[in-house]
Amino acid sequence: MAAENTTIFSPQLAARFDRLVTLYPVKRSALVPMLLYAQDEIGYISDAVVAEVAQRIGITELDVRNVVSYYSLMRTKPVGKYHVQVCTNISCMLRGGNELLHHCSQRLGIGHKQTTPDGLFSLEEVECIGACSWAPAVQVNYDYHENLTPESMDKVLDQYRAKASK
Amino acid sequence: MAYLTTHPDVVPVISFRFGKGAADIDRYLELDGYKSVRKCFEMEPDAIINEVKTSGLRGRGGAGFPAGMKWSFVPKESAKPKYILVNGDESEPGTCKDRLIFEHDPHSVIEGVLIAGLAVGAKMGFIYLRGEYRFLIEIMEKAVADAYQRGFLGKGIFGTKHDFEIVVQTGAGAYEVGEESALMESLEGKRGVPRIRPPFPAVAGLYGGPTIINNAETIATVPHIFRIGAKEYAALGTERNGGTRLFCLSGHLEKPGVYELPMGYNLKKMIYEVGGGIPNGKKLKAVVPGGSSTPVLLPEEIDIGMDFDQVAKAGSMLGSGGVVVLDETVCMVEFALRTIKFYQHESCGWCIPCREGTDWLKKSLTRLHMGGAVDKDIDQIKYIADNMLGRTFCPLGDAAAMPTAAFVKKFRKEFEDHLNGKGCPYHPAPDYELATV
Ligand SMILES: Cc1cc2nc3c(=O)[nH]c(=O)nc-3n(C[C@H](O)[C@H](O)[C@H](O)COP(=O)(O)O)c2cc1C
Ligand code: SF4
Ligand code: FES
Repeated sequence: MAAENTTIFSPQLAARFDRLVTLYPVKRSALVPMLLYAQDEIGYISDAVVAEVAQRIGITELDVRNVVSYYSLMRTKPVGKYHVQVCTNISCMLRGGNELLHHCSQRLGIGHKQTTPDGLFSLEEVECIGACSWAPAVQVNYDYHENLTPESMDKVLDQYRAKASK
Repeated sequence: MAYLTTHPDVVPVISFRFGKGAADIDRYLELDGYKSVRKCFEMEPDAIINEVKTSGLRGRGGAGFPAGMKWSFVPKESAKPKYILVNGDESEPGTCKDRLIFEHDPHSVIEGVLIAGLAVGAKMGFIYLRGEYRFLIEIMEKAVADAYQRGFLGKGIFGTKHDFEIVVQTGAGAYEVGEESALMESLEGKRGVPRIRPPFPAVAGLYGGPTIINNAETIATVPHIFRIGAKEYAALGTERNGGTRLFCLSGHLEKPGVYELPMGYNLKKMIYEVGGGIPNGKKLKAVVPGGSSTPVLLPEEIDIGMDFDQVAKAGSMLGSGGVVVLDETVCMVEFALRTIKFYQHESCGWCIPCREGTDWLKKSLTRLHMGGAVDKDIDQIKYIADNMLGRTFCPLGDAAAMPTAAFVKKFRKEFEDHLNGKGCPYHPAPDYELATV
């Protein structure tokens, strides 16, 4: 276990990780949650995250990287403060998902997997997020926004902008 | 907060506590919560399994395997610990039902896991939710913590001699992890690549121990079976298809939403009455009846009961209960392309027919849609799809090939209309890059 003074995580997260590895029959089961929660705090899965997680679980950094590259929520580069994920899968496509993606792209002036120069927003086209009956749907970080139109999407973006300037 | 949509034909069994604040443990108890598991403590394991068999409950994750039968495959004696694994990966496009259970009735999932545990002799369960469902993971974690606090989980649960632990696990974005063996890999901290079967999970699954893997809706239904009675539950549905299920209506409908309806409910009625019909006076063109991996049905094929057997007879599958409705304005080539893009993106890459096949299909369909396709592209699509079927380690290959083959077979003329050298004849080319996922 990482000694407290060497961890890159906040004391709360480090404590959570100390407990997480004890929950399962094998320590390695904590790997996927640990990486995602680390990303939530640090912003992305940095080399330092990989190193500490590998050490906590007792596997090689290569083992960790192999897992990171598989999961689409895991990223090795920072994104915007608000990561706008637009679903264009079938149910959303039928109700304007592509148009919504295009609209976000125009509004934010960025494309798929790009970040605004001020670092506030990033945009990503994503696969079904499980909101098909309330399509089209967008997830900003972990928050769902559903039954959207280009107009209501603008309001959503404005809300985040206002939140950031508070 | 997403709610269940109402309609006079809705039969609230699984959804009976929705919208009533049952995520709160006291409210759950007031609404007959944790009574079913108490009943099960008085029963022999075989008797529990027999009740589930009698209920006619079939898996709600996609394949429709009888739940009671699956449970009966777990060996009585096992050197290794047994596990219950709840599949809440919910990633099949068109499917958004498990999330309502996690949000409105998380304790029913816990209670279902406990009953499954008593039935097969497991002492530990995992509830795996897709990573995008963070708000639901938090609800589920709180429910589990509350259950521990009341002594419903942990050592000597409900004052009995039984111990039981539950861990709520987050995924991190991967459709393939919904496949049961890939799910176990993910839970063991690895890439979501499936395992070769046999051995089946019921014999050697998680950490090598016998494991029951059920969809979240399947598991959450179990306590309701003991609440209302197995025979009574079975009688709500059709033969060999007991009870009700959550149907996710999406696409071109006046009233899309998630509705709990009896198994065997007529699909046409589901679209025109429950879902309110097609908006803007448009005509129905096609229906994808059970999530994106199920073969498309034509309007003349939808006068069928929505149970596993009747939909199979009509040449498709009931799948995950995601009914996607397409009006006459939809270009089927574009729809097929968006579908295959998903499978190509999600293929884990282990077997060549799936990894390469989905990529070839995507390329052929892109040529058709954007212009530049040649005659033989259409037969090529059929040829590739036919050669993927049944030749892969897990069913994702089939899930990609089956709908694609059906689109070509049922809408061949539309595919041929795309051979004009200019691409899609129906929709003006979009002025932006099409789906880049
Ligand atoms: C590619 C693929 C993805 C799947 N995704 C899910 C899923 O998200 N949720 C689910 O419950 N089952 C999913 N399944 C089905 C599971 O493998 C398994 O059959 C199911 O969880 C068993 O539960 P049930 O018998 O209660 O339906 C998927 C299967 C495949 C092949
Ligand atoms: S069929 Fe596709 S997803 Fe399944 S094991 Fe093969 S490559 Fe992986
Ligand atoms: S298709 Fe967009 S949320 Fe399911």
